[in-house]
Amino acid sequence: MLRRLGCLRPAASFLLVGTETALSRALVKTIPLQSRWRDLAPVAVLVALCILITAFSPNFLSISNFIGLLNSSAIPMVLCMGATFIILMGSIDLSVEGIVAVSAVLVSLLVENDTTSYSIGLLAVPVAILVGGAMGFLNGFLHVKLKTPSFMTTLGVGFAGIGIATTVLGGFTARISDQSVRFLSLGRVLGLPVAAWIACGAVLLSLLVQERTRLGRWLYAIGADEITAGYAGIPIEKTRILIFTVAGLFYGLAGVMSVAQFGQGHALIAQGRLFTTVTAVVVGGTALSGGVGSVLNSVIGVFIVTILANGMILMGVPPYVQQGVQGLLIIVAVTLALDRTRLDVVK
Amino acid sequence: MEPVLEIKGVSKSFPGVKALQDVSFSVGKGEVVGLIGENGAGKSTLLKVLNGIYQPDVGGVFVDGAPVRITSPRDAFDKGIAMVFQEQLILPNLTVAENIFLGREEEFLRYGLISKSRMNAAAAVELRKVHLNVHPGKRCADLTFADRQMVEIAKALSLDSRIKGDVTILLDEPTSVLEKKEIDLLFGIINDLKQRASIVFISHRLEEVLAISDRVYVMRDGKVIFETPAKSATIKALHQHMVGRQLHHEYYREARQTAATAVPVLEAQGLAKRGGFSNVSFTLHEGEIIGIAGVIGSGREDLAKCLAGHKPVDAGILKIGGKLASFRAAHDATARGIGFVPSERKIEGLVASFSVAENMTLAALPKFVSGGIIRFADEKKTADDWVAQLKIKTPSTATMVGSLSGGNQQKVVLAKWRVAGVRVVILDHPTRGIDVGAKEDVYELIRDMTAEGLAVVLLGDTLDEVIGMSSRILVMRDGEIAATFDAAPGKKPTQVELVEHMV
Repeated sequence: MLRRLGCLRPAASFLLVGTETALSRALVKTIPLQSRWRDLAPVAVLVALCILITAFSPNFLSISNFIGLLNSSAIPMVLCMGATFIILMGSIDLSVEGIVAVSAVLVSLLVENDTTSYSIGLLAVPVAILVGGAMGFLNGFLHVKLKTPSFMTTLGVGFAGIGIATTVLGGFTARISDQSVRFLSLGRVLGLPVAAWIACGAVLLSLLVQERTRLGRWLYAIGADEITAGYAGIPIEKTRILIFTVAGLFYGLAGVMSVAQFGQGHALIAQGRLFTTVTAVVVGGTALSGGVGSVLNSVIGVFIVTILANGMILMGVPPYVQQGVQGLLIIVAVTLALDRTRLDVVK
Repeated sequence: MEPVLEIKGVSKSFPGVKALQDVSFSVGKGEVVGLIGENGAGKSTLLKVLNGIYQPDVGGVFVDGAPVRITSPRDAFDKGIAMVFQEQLILPNLTVAENIFLGREEEFLRYGLISKSRMNAAAAVELRKVHLNVHPGKRCADLTFADRQMVEIAKALSLDSRIKGDVTILLDEPTSVLEKKEIDLLFGIINDLKQRASIVFISHRLEEVLAISDRVYVMRDGKVIFETPAKSATIKALHQHMVGRQLHHEYYREARQTAATAVPVLEAQGLAKRGGFSNVSFTLHEGEIIGIAGVIGSGREDLAKCLAGHKPVDAGILKIGGKLASFRAAHDATARGIGFVPSERKIEGLVASFSVAENMTLAALPKFVSGGIIRFADEKKTADDWVAQLKIKTPSTATMVGSLSGGNQQKVVLAKWRVAGVRVVILDHPTRGIDVGAKEDVYELIRDMTAEGLAVVLLGDTLDEVIGMSSRILVMRDGEIAATFDAAPGKKPTQVELVEHMV
C-alpha cells in the first residue's frame, strides 16, 4: 500500500502488490478532503498545464514532442530520485551539480575522446556511478560525523566537485566519440529513447527501495521524527550516510547520461540542474520538512517542470521570462503543498 | 517475590535538577506496580531509566537479578522491557503496522524486501489484543488520538510474543487520553497480561492505581518515599505521602496575598476551543491571582495558550479592560496588555542567544526605538534597573540569557513583561525545573506584581502551589470548569477537595 500520494495510491498498489486496490480506494475516501486536495494538487497542476499548452500550441500533442519530452526529463528524473530520498529524510542536497560534473568529466576522459587515450567504453557507467556514490558518501559522512547541517555540507562538497572537474580539464571541454556511450542517449529501444528507459528503471528501483525495504521505511521515520526513530532502534547515522550515498549513485548515473546526451564533458555540464531538481521534488508535493512525499510525487514534479519549460519554448516565451516563471512556480508549489495549519514557526 | 526488573540506589541529575536521588524500585513477576507522585517527582525519569533513554549517574539496573546496562529503548525491548510513552511516539506518516514494527522489520524480510502482507497480518494480531478495529495499513495521521494511544499499547504488547524471557511493560500515564470504555479495556488487558508479564503503571488518578496495582510506590522530589501493598493503602494516605508537607504559609507569601479589587481586567464568557475546552467563563480582577487546577488533558494548557493569543479560540467572548478582544496572534495579546510566561522557558519564553537586556526589552522594543534606531543606553539602563530590582544574578545585562540558571532565566522572563507594562500575566508552570530557593524568589515576584495591581492567571506546577498562591481557584476537568473555590488566606481549600473535582 502506498500511503503518501492519494491519487496514485490505487495505481501504485496495483503495480506493487496487486491485491490491495480496493482497500487503497477505501482509504482514499477516509482521508479528509483538504489533505486529499493537497495530495492531488500536483496531478491537477500537470493536467492543467498540458491543457493550457495544447490550447496555445497544438504541436505539444505530437508524438515527436512527446519523445523529446521523455528525453529531456530523463536526467532530471534520475537526479530527482536521489534528491527525493534526501528531502524525505528532512535534509537537503545542494551538491547535485558538483557530483554530476565530476562524474561527467571522468566519463568523458575514460571513454574514447579527444583529450586522453583511454577507451573503456561502457565500463565507464559503473565507474561514474561509483564515483557519484563516493561523493554522496562523503556528503553523508561529513554531515553525520561532523554534525554539520546538510545544507552547508552538500553546498561545500558540490562546490568542491565543480572545482575538481574544472581543474581536471583545465576549464576545457573533452569531446567523446564513443558510440556505445552516445547510444545511452541517442539510441532507441522499442521506439523510445534509451535515456527514458534508464530513467524508468531508476524510478522503479527507487519505488522498490521506498516501499519495500527497511531503508525506505527508515528514511520516512527519520524524516518524521528522528528521536522516535532512534528509540525504535533505527541506526540513524548509518541510514543517513547510506541515503546520501544512494543519492550520489543516482547523480553519478546522471553524469554518464549527460556526457551521452551532449557528446562532451566539462565542469559546467550540470549548470541549472540543482534548481530543476529541487523544484521538481517540491512541485511534486514532497515536503521540505521531511517525512511526507514519495518518489512518485517527484515523477509528477519532473514532468511539470519539463513540460512547463517545453511549453514555454513552444509558445515562444523569451528565455529569461522562462526562468522567472520557473521561479514563481516553486513558490506557488510550496504554497499549495504545505499544511500550514500545523506550522507555528516558518523558517 | 523474585524481582524481574529492579533498580538499586539510582541517582540521575540534569543541569540544575536532581531528578532521581538514591531510588530503589523493583517489579516482581506477574506483578502490577503503581507509581504515583506529583508533577516533577521523578516518575517519568525513573521509567526512562528503566527503558534505557537515560543512563543512571549512580546505581544499578538488574534484569532477573543480573546487572545490566540498558543503552536504548531498543536495547530495553530486546531485554523484555517495553514502554508506552506519555507523549506519544507514533509517527503520523507511517501506517499502523509500520509503527508497531518500526526498527524490527527483520522478521518480515525476504531477499531484503519487506512483506507488507505478512507485516499487516502480524500487526492485526497485536491490534486484536487491544480490540482496536482499524486496518493495519491505515496511516496513523488518520487515527484519533485515543486510537493512536491504543496502537502505542499494541506496539508494547507485540513484545509479548517475541521475547522468550520475562516481559515488563512500562505505562506512563496511559489513561489520560482514554475514555472510560477504553480504560476498562486496558485494565482487562493488564489483568490478562499478568499471566506472563509484569507491569509498571503511572497515573494521576489514585483510585485507578489502587484498583489495578498489587503494590504502590510514592515518589516525591526525586525520591521514593513510601511503598505499600495496594490492599492496605487508602487514597488519603497516598495523597499525604505525595504532597509530603503541610501548607507553608510563608513559603507562598500568603500574608502578601492581595484581596481582589472590584476592577475587572479580563473577562471570559463561554470561551471554547475545539478539542481543548468549552464554556469557560470567569472574571479576573486587578491584583487577583486565579489559579487553574486540572490534570493533563483537562484543557487548562490550551486555555492558557488561548488567553495569551498563542492559539485562537473557536467561540466565546473575551474582554480586556471592558473592551472586546480577539487575538489572532500572540502580539495581539501583548498589545492589549497580556504577558505569557510559558512552561517551555527555553523554547517559548526566552531567546537563549540574546543578552539579558535584549530579552527584557523584546516585548516592548518600540519604546526603545527612535527613528528606527535602538537607544542602547536606555535599554541598558532599564535592564540594569530590573536586574537590581529582581535581584537577578548575572555578570551583566550583556550576558547571554542561556548561561543563567533556571531561576534567573525565569526572572528575566518576568522582567520582560514588566518592561512591556502588561496588566495581566499568564503563568504556565512558572516554577517548573527551578530549585527551591529560586521558586521562593518567583513567588515573591508574583506577589510584587499583584501588589502593583497586575492580575495573574496561574497554572501551577503542583496543587500545593496553586492553593498557596491563588486568590481564587478554578478546577478544570474534561475541558470545562468543574468547580470554583475562593482561596482567601487562612481559608484555602485542601488538595483533597480540589482533587475530587479534577478526576
